[in-house]
Amino acid sequence: MSLLEFEHVSYQYPGEDFDIIDDLSFSVESGSFHCIIGVSGCGKSTIFRMTNGLLQPKSGTIRVGGKPIGEQKHYCGYMPQKDLLFPWRTIGENLALPLEIRGGLSKAERRERVDDALADVGLEGCRDKMPDELSGGMRQRAAFARTMLTGSDLLLLDEPFSALDFLTRISMQEWLLGQWEKHKKTILFITHDVEEAVFLSGSVLAVTSTPIHTLTEVPVPATYPRTRECLTHPDMVALREDLIDVLRKQVRT
Amino acid sequence: MKQANRGNLPALIFLFVLLLLWQLGAMEVNAAYILPTPIQILQRLWELRLPLFTVHLPATMLVTGVGLLISLALGLGLAVVMDWSPLLQKCLYPVVVASQTIPTTAIAPLFVLWFGYGIWSKVLVTVLITFFPITITVYDGLRAAKTEMAELLLTYGATKRDIFWKIKVPCALPYFFSAIKMAVPMSVIGAAIGEWLGAQSGLGYFSRRMMTQLDGAGVFAPIVLLSAAAMLAVAVVGLIERKAVKWRGES
Repeated sequence: MSLLEFEHVSYQYPGEDFDIIDDLSFSVESGSFHCIIGVSGCGKSTIFRMTNGLLQPKSGTIRVGGKPIGEQKHYCGYMPQKDLLFPWRTIGENLALPLEIRGGLSKAERRERVDDALADVGLEGCRDKMPDELSGGMRQRAAFARTMLTGSDLLLLDEPFSALDFLTRISMQEWLLGQWEKHKKTILFITHDVEEAVFLSGSVLAVTSTPIHTLTEVPVPATYPRTRECLTHPDMVALREDLIDVLRKQVRT
Repeated sequence: MKQANRGNLPALIFLFVLLLLWQLGAMEVNAAYILPTPIQILQRLWELRLPLFTVHLPATMLVTGVGLLISLALGLGLAVVMDWSPLLQKCLYPVVVASQTIPTTAIAPLFVLWFGYGIWSKVLVTVLITFFPITITVYDGLRAAKTEMAELLLTYGATKRDIFWKIKVPCALPYFFSAIKMAVPMSVIGAAIGEWLGAQSGLGYFSRRMMTQLDGAGVFAPIVLLSAAAMLAVAVVGLIERKAVKWRGES
């Protein structure tokens, strides 16, 4: 069953004379993990910002769980590139934000859910710390836990690891796959890092041209659970080179 | 902390040297009705302690306090309204700025005609001087809230109200404290100006009366008291700030 569907969606930024998203249709199966990969400024983030309702499409319909997004709330959890932990709130208070806004839970219930979420991402004991006491990787895990607490099945992760150093990034990637397998969420993950896309995705959705007419679905020849060793498999290496090739062509033109 | 303490000693020595220069200079001039020495001022302060501390200091503090409260209410109100509606911002901002181009000392005698010799004419002077920094600073603070954070909350389904309380208010809090720290000394000045121009009590009034008696030390004594009161108030605000704002400067 497809969880997210784009149907002939177009979007034009004010002040531009073309549609950056032009009649785009695609769908995402429930429980899948896709990376959307494309060069900088190609409009990948625009797809996310329409899905989470921050931008209104010029035309077309976006459905989540079969219903147009205009008719529902709390259908997706969005995690931007910056962790955006509020510096005046403790980690626990930051995680409680989606619950506070959604309402309907007592303070004790919220606290319980936050503690569970923190334990889940390996940040037990960080509830009363301030964000600036945490390392970059820990902050991203806290931000991910906050995204999980939106309670949505669809998670939109917009380059969440791109600001991390290489070693932290690869361990966060492994960690994220673990979380995905554990919680059976549907994850869309924007990146411009080809290796990251290949390692994480069931199939890669490549942006091959701007404006975006289609997303080219490229299946990844590897099964879950994965370790980084699978990246050395000849099929994976070939896929990586293919993708790099496709993206480089775009940069040149 | 140690570093800061080490900085205190040179500062104290510097202050002491300044006072010493003043003392020597005033002794040289030897005309206490124009330029009293610091020691003469302290002596006068002690001699006049009864009327100063029981009548005039409370009177001035009342004007300052009432003026500050009204300024806070007005300044915060204007800041919130201007942040909330771009249209009102366009209407109000020029008026707020224009209010500061009024030479307060020139127009204050009119306030006495309008509101009499009671506290309200002085309160008005105080408010006119004080509400401006509060309005502008708090408004800037509300504007400083990051749109990315607001967008994140919007994806959680937040209302405008949620965004105001959960992002804008915490963002504006450090600005708010800066505003108060500016406003406190200004409100003291405002009260003193008001009293200078027409009053029956207060440190500004007392200072003026001493002037007519050519009592130089008597002019300075209430002013010293006024400065001390303002510095004390700013220090108290600083303490409250340290409790309330734990994250100034981050990000």
